[in-house]
Formats: sequence, structure tokens, C-alpha cells
Amino acid sequence: MNDSSLVRVEQLYRYYGPLCAVNNISFEMGRGEVLGFLGPNGAGKSTTMQMISGNLAPSAGRILIHGVDILDHPREAKVHLGYLPEQPPLYRELTVDEYLAYCARLNRIPRAQRHGAVDAAKSRCGLTEVGRRLIGNLSKGFQQRVGIAQAIIHNPAVIILDEPTVGLDPIQIREIRTLIHELSREHSIILSTHILPEVQTICDRVIIINQGKLVLNDTLAGLQRRMEGSSLLVAFRHPPAPALLESMPGVEDIEILEAGRFRIYHGDSADPAEAIVDRSVAEGWGLYELTPQRLSLEQVFIQITQARPVEGEAAA
Amino acid sequence: MMILVIAGKELRTLFLSPLAWVILAVVQLILAYLFLSQIDFFLQIQSRLAGLEEAPGITEIIVAPLFGNAAVVLLLVVPMLTMRLVSDERRNRTLSLMFSAPLAMTEIILGKFLGLMAFLLVMLAMIAAMPLALLAGGTLDLGVLASSLLGLLLLLGSFTAIGLFMSTLTSQPTIAAVSTFGVLLLLWILDWAGSGRGGEASTVFGYLSILRHYEPLLKGVFNSADIVYYLLLMLTFLVLSIRRLDAERLLGR
Repeated sequence: MNDSSLVRVEQLYRYYGPLCAVNNISFEMGRGEVLGFLGPNGAGKSTTMQMISGNLAPSAGRILIHGVDILDHPREAKVHLGYLPEQPPLYRELTVDEYLAYCARLNRIPRAQRHGAVDAAKSRCGLTEVGRRLIGNLSKGFQQRVGIAQAIIHNPAVIILDEPTVGLDPIQIREIRTLIHELSREHSIILSTHILPEVQTICDRVIIINQGKLVLNDTLAGLQRRMEGSSLLVAFRHPPAPALLESMPGVEDIEILEAGRFRIYHGDSADPAEAIVDRSVAEGWGLYELTPQRLSLEQVFIQITQARPVEGEAAA
Repeated sequence: MMILVIAGKELRTLFLSPLAWVILAVVQLILAYLFLSQIDFFLQIQSRLAGLEEAPGITEIIVAPLFGNAAVVLLLVVPMLTMRLVSDERRNRTLSLMFSAPLAMTEIILGKFLGLMAFLLVMLAMIAAMPLALLAGGTLDLGVLASSLLGLLLLLGSFTAIGLFMSTLTSQPTIAAVSTFGVLLLLWILDWAGSGRGGEASTVFGYLSILRHYEPLLKGVFNSADIVYYLLLMLTFLVLSIRRLDAERLLGR
């Protein structure tokens, strides 16, 4: 057992009848990491998170939390888990204090530490002021905070948050992000979202799921490298023959956009920008534009999620 | 331990909503009316009873009908209390709170069962207070009263277990209430089938009828077969409820 991996998911499958919602997903997560789960709606993000949190049994596969198999020893594994589902599981008729005290009891926090645990969770989630208010009367942003407080009350090693910022206003979203950022200092967090900038601001590592399959598992730095892309946009007053450009070292392909404008694709290692400038000066091509193309996360995401041809089963 | 935590929470939430108070008040009002009319009836026939040999006592004339009526009233009331036990949590998506906590399904189900039973014990105490008040002016057959109370307790336990199971089947409290009521009523009237002809079928139905096992206890006849019937009924539906919640985790629906 590798000590550094806190969550280990091995060949996870989940079928709903004939529909395969999660198809052979495996990944590992280390201590202190913030893992972003990305994917279009209905890709299987929530299903995967439900399985990791022990709310749903996988059709096949293994999930180890802190080295404990959640299927064989659910109680031991769940001690290390805090889970906030898409819709926070709140009892609207209880006050924040009563609710959190109940959560503390459910998570078997000893009586002596219960009060401290509730206070700590409240202060971390900014709920100290609203402790005596009914949950049903709180705004959606505060309800979401109560949901997060519930997930961290037993100080679990892993926190699973399913779309924690959905339906909030921009200010609330920023507050929740700050909160998640603070939590990431002490906990490992798995976070699902379909808001892409969120991933860039919070996560260390990104997993993209599409149609139940894992299509990308990379660090944020790796993803950024992908975003840097591998093409140059160039424009000349006196354009050379396209074949000449294509024959230059490092150039893999070119695309003629309009008169004198080309998109030049190059390999990851070799950047032909300098060579093109030199040749242009030497041979008087009249280079007046040279832009490295940078992909947005959106484009990378769309590229990745649409790269696979849509299979027949997904048509339903 | 965790069972008590869940039971305590159930009991608290019940009293947070007006439903519990209204039910306590209405049940008490109706039963008190029936109780008083029964006393009235007793006072009317008291002089004639004095002349009889082996005349039925105050316990037979007042307590047995009171508990008989209480059973009918509670048959109507318990489905309204059990309906939201699980279905409401499923509809509000709060079940995942318990599913993600280090709890066994058995603890969740038993917690919910005991929580509601604690509430029904309060109701039972209020019902028992009425005949006990007669001790101020007369004597009661306390043995019969005790066996009647035991009978009603077992009956309520069975109602609750059945209602709890029905509640695990749906996310609509109303559907849970109606189907619980249907099952309870069916069990109640089961022995009507073929009761005129006798024979094999009527014995089986009679044995299954929930009422047939209640009546002897009201007369003070303690038959362990009746007790076992109720215990088995509760056990069956509690196990079914646990299985149902487990299936939800396994199948996701």
C-alpha cells in the first residue's frame, strides 16, 4: 500500500440497468491535494463521487480510503470521509447549532469534544453569527456553508464536494472558493464542478470524465502546458510558398487562413518562431504578425470531451 | 448508542412540527369522549349489574372498549406519523447524511423505529392515564389493564414497523401513508374472509389477522402465541426496511 495515496480508485464501473454511467475509472489522490472533477452534465461525476463517499455501491471495482476498502469496511472508511452532495442534506426545521451537533453525534465524536468540534466547524465556515437561526431561513450561500461545515465536522482526511458553488451568486461563489482554499491546507479535497475557471483557481490536479470514461488525469501545470498549445499565427506582406514554410525545422503542418496568413502547427519541443523571424528578415517576407496561440481551458475541455466520437449507446 | 442518537433526533423533530401535538390532542380528545360515554353507560347499568352473579366489572366495561377504540383510532393515525420517516428524507435528499456517516443500515432503521415508538409511548401513557384515574373512586383489575397496555403497545409496534417499511418504498409521504393504511386495514379485516363457513382458509386468515391477536389481550388472556405473532410481524418489516435501504445503496434507486 502506497502511503502517499489517500484515495485510491481502481477500475470502477457502475451500471444503471443497461446504461453504463461510470466506465473503468481509476485514479489516485495524494495527501493535501485538491482534485478537480470536470465533465459535462451527465458525465458520471456525481455517480463517481457518490461511490467514493459510500452512498452508492459500485457495480465493479475497488475504492480505498486511507487504505481501507469502503465496501468491506464501510464504517472504518467513512470515518475519514466528509461528503457534501449536490443538494446539501440539511434539516430545515433545525437550527445550525442543533444540526451540527446532530452531525457530530452521527460521526461518533465523543461527547467531550463535540462542542469544540461544532464551534470549530462553525468558525471555519463563517457560521458563528447564525448558529441559533433555523437552517430553512438561511440564504442559499449560508446553507451551502452549513453543508460544508457538516462535511468537515469530524475533521476527515478527505472531503468530497459535489458542485459546491452551483446556484450561488458571484460573491458567494468567491467566498466558497476562499473557504475551499483554506480547507485545502489541512484536508484533501475532491471537488466536482462544471465551472472551468474554478478548477484553475483551486485545484492542483484535474480529472476529466466524459460519458463515464476518464479522458484526462493531469496536474494543473500539465493542463496549462496543454493550454499553451502548439501553434503560431503568422502573417506576411510577401508570403513565401507554403511548401517552403512546411519544410522548415519543427513545423509539422500549416493551415492557410487567407492571403498571407498561416497557422503553423509545431511539435511540443521545437518552436520555429525564431527561425521564421530570421528567414523572414533574410528573405524579405515582410513578417508583420506572429502570435503564439494559447488555448483557453474551455477549448482544451471541448477538445478532450469531444475528441472521442459519440458512440451509439450515448445517443439515448 | 447510534440508534439512540437517531431515535432522539426523530423524537425531537416530531415535536418541532405541529403535527405531533395536533395528533396527541385529537387522539386524546376522541378517546376521552369515548371513555366518558363508556363511564356514563356503566353508571346507567350499574344498578342492574348489582343484581347479577359474576357481573362484569368496571375494567371489562370501560377499559376493554377504550382500548378497542384506541386501536381503531391509532390505525388511522399511525400511518400519518410513519409516512415521513424515510420518504421525506429521501425527497429532501437528507438520507445521504446518514449514509455518509459511519452507520449501519440497521442502526438507521432501528433508530427511526424507536424514535417513533417513544412518541407512541407518550400517547400510550396518556391513554392509560384515563382508566388509571378511575382508581381514585374504585378498583381496577390491574392485570387486565396491563395486558391491554401490552397489547396496544405491540399493536403500535407492528403498525410502526409496517409504516416504516412503506415509507422506505417511496419518496412521496402521501403514498406511504395511503399504502400503510391499506395494509393495516387489510390485516385488520383479514379474518372476515370465509368467517361464516369456517374451514381451512378462515383459520389461516384468522391467524394472520392483527385483530384476532389483540382481542384476547384486552380480556386479560396472555397467550405467548399472540406476543410472538406481533414480534414476528415487527421483525419481518424491520428486516424488510433494512434490506430496502441496503438495496438503495446497491442499486441507486
